[in-house]
Amino acid sequence: MENKNIMIVGVGGQGTLLTSRIIGKTALSKGYDVKMSEVHGMAQRGGSVVTFVRYGENVSEPVVEEGDADILIAFERLEAMRYAHYLKKDGIIIVNDCRIDPMTVVIGAKEYPKNLIEELTKNHTVIAIDGAKIAKEIGNSKVLNTVVLGVAAKHIGFDKETWLETVRKTVPQKTVEINEKAFLSGYDK
Amino acid sequence: MNDKTIMLGNEAIARGAYEAGVKVSSAYPGTPSTEISEILSKYTDVYTEWAPNEKVAVEVAIGASIAGVRSLACMKHVGLNVASDPLYTFAYTGVNGGSVIVVADDPGLASSQNEQDTRIIARSAHVPLLEPSDSNEAKEFVKIAYEISEKYDTPVILRTTTKLSHSQGVVELCDRVEVQDKTYERNVGKYVMMPASAINRHKVVEARENMLQEDACTLSINKKEINDKKIGFITSGIPYQYVKEVFPNASVLKLGLINPLPKKLIEEFVSEVETVYVFEELEPVIEEQIKSWGLKVKGKDLFTKQGEYSANLLRKVLLNENKQVFEKKELPNRPPILCPGCPHRSVFSVLNKLKIHAAGDIGCYTLGAVAPLGVIDTTICMGASISTLHGLEKARGKEFIKNWVAVIGDSTFLHTGVNSLINMVYNKATGTVIILDNRTTGMTGHQEHAATGKTLKGDDTNAIDLANLCKAVGVPNVIEVNAFDCATLEKVVKTSVNGDVMTVIIAKAPCALLKSAKSTAKCVANVEKCKKCGMCLKIGCPALTKNPDGTIKIDETMCNGCGLCMQYCKFGAIEKVER
Repeated sequence: MENKNIMIVGVGGQGTLLTSRIIGKTALSKGYDVKMSEVHGMAQRGGSVVTFVRYGENVSEPVVEEGDADILIAFERLEAMRYAHYLKKDGIIIVNDCRIDPMTVVIGAKEYPKNLIEELTKNHTVIAIDGAKIAKEIGNSKVLNTVVLGVAAKHIGFDKETWLETVRKTVPQKTVEINEKAFLSGYDK
Repeated sequence: MNDKTIMLGNEAIARGAYEAGVKVSSAYPGTPSTEISEILSKYTDVYTEWAPNEKVAVEVAIGASIAGVRSLACMKHVGLNVASDPLYTFAYTGVNGGSVIVVADDPGLASSQNEQDTRIIARSAHVPLLEPSDSNEAKEFVKIAYEISEKYDTPVILRTTTKLSHSQGVVELCDRVEVQDKTYERNVGKYVMMPASAINRHKVVEARENMLQEDACTLSINKKEINDKKIGFITSGIPYQYVKEVFPNASVLKLGLINPLPKKLIEEFVSEVETVYVFEELEPVIEEQIKSWGLKVKGKDLFTKQGEYSANLLRKVLLNENKQVFEKKELPNRPPILCPGCPHRSVFSVLNKLKIHAAGDIGCYTLGAVAPLGVIDTTICMGASISTLHGLEKARGKEFIKNWVAVIGDSTFLHTGVNSLINMVYNKATGTVIILDNRTTGMTGHQEHAATGKTLKGDDTNAIDLANLCKAVGVPNVIEVNAFDCATLEKVVKTSVNGDVMTVIIAKAPCALLKSAKSTAKCVANVEKCKKCGMCLKIGCPALTKNPDGTIKIDETMCNGCGLCMQYCKFGAIEKVER
């Protein structure tokens, strides 16, 4: 099989790191070579954050480059658009349909682009979900990333039980139950 | 033990140090090197500490090495500038127990003030430098670095870059090797670097480097992969991965030891392969040496000295190929910003209101340079804010700095700010220094420091009292203020910049991301009272946006209830409520 390239993008603090780690660990438990790349330090402070997961028989570089992504998981729609050019021709986007204004928009220097999801749909297969709403229904808005991961997992492959196993092993101990619920609500959607 | 697991490059380096039997480690946090020390601190068999700066860290490692144990010091590239004083002479003394200095370069500037290349410093200091290309190598190279250190009696630098430090790859775990402590013997000729000893040690340094250059040709980490003899690459580190990605069939000379270079091995490779490219990020360190031997290779005439490399760069330059299918869109940027509830925002809002310029320093607060706060005028290096302000005063007189202050974080102040403060006292300065005391090393992800009362291992310890420290070095006027009390802060800043007495203002409030700072309140907007004046938006808090009708909206998941926006609302349209 060809190496699979996944990108997870969002705004600093949205949980992109944890999500990429769950995907990477799941691929590892299936016996694949795995490489991931993350963003730390100043770049995290409310900025645009991008992490990569690559797996396959043999992975060389740890990053996904422009034109190479199979799946783009975005926790915010402007960020989905920002990295859409990383996708392959038939790559897919899983986007959490929410809006977080960058400071340039808040202070009125720039405008938040309109109709982003519609724009994305012109070139790509787009699966848009209201992760915040689902997370709130479950009872904790902080598990939004796990809901989105659940939706993405369905498209990545691997079996449900393997996914759940890594979710259980990766999230903080106290939050295992709610994260399992969040994952399933995305996966079974 | 042969478990396979995924590890961050930095995690693998820490694991390597553990497996190598390291007993003492000292470091100062710095992206992208910080996690090495944090992870190593979890191994109970290793003594680990945060030092106030990198010079101290390397000197601690030197002491531990002389005492006969394997020691480690970790830092980011610019940290090595601070530590280069001990480094250059450590190269002369050599080691007793093996000693490794991990230095993390930041090509692409993910979180740094420059793109300097540590390989150049290793060359000029005559210290061997190793560079791994993935997590598993990172772990193994640490162990090899200790073997080289002890065999050749030299400190060794392990160089990593952001992409390696912050990428994860599969690692095979090994057990820790218990290394016997070396006996300590007094040896003035080796450890007391006065001229008579140093002149002899310089001979040793050169002989050692010549010997290692010879031996490097058979070292396992310098690997020749001969495939297609038409095209070949000499490369190392992460760029090696890009070469494998794009040219899996090319011949490759993968260098694990960058200083000194294996001259004969390189000569052999260049003679076997038709066209050879040197593919190295940043400076042409490998290329220039090879060219100086009269060999023909291509490098920086094709590839930039700036930023990170990529597989796409190779495709573009050598194959004229573009993999990108879709066009990149012009969109509003999303640069990093101060977090909601950040105490720096409060201080900067006051400076902004008073139209005061700030000589800045290294930390999250560098973000005070950008809109909408825009108060920081200069940022150079750790500790420079205070000395820069002093230079401004000495150049243009005390009237010139009536609308200037220096701003510096608590950790940065203890790193190298305090020397500059002593200089101000000594040389009769009148300026105002604001210490942004948020009780942590914030930007690198919340590390303890000498004033927090906790060690790297999390144990209670002595805490330096910043106010007393300033008074002790002779600062005539030291004032402590709650960073969120804008009214008092404004009064104090106004008085001190206009006065003739040197002042240190310590603006205190914990970083909003610290567990101890978890707020139980949140701010809510009362749209009935909101006059849409936009005053609250001027503080640049990401939790505040506008509703479609122009009234204010506060994101309750982001807001931590610091109440700064309330202080700027003249109409009482923002209230604080319990969570």
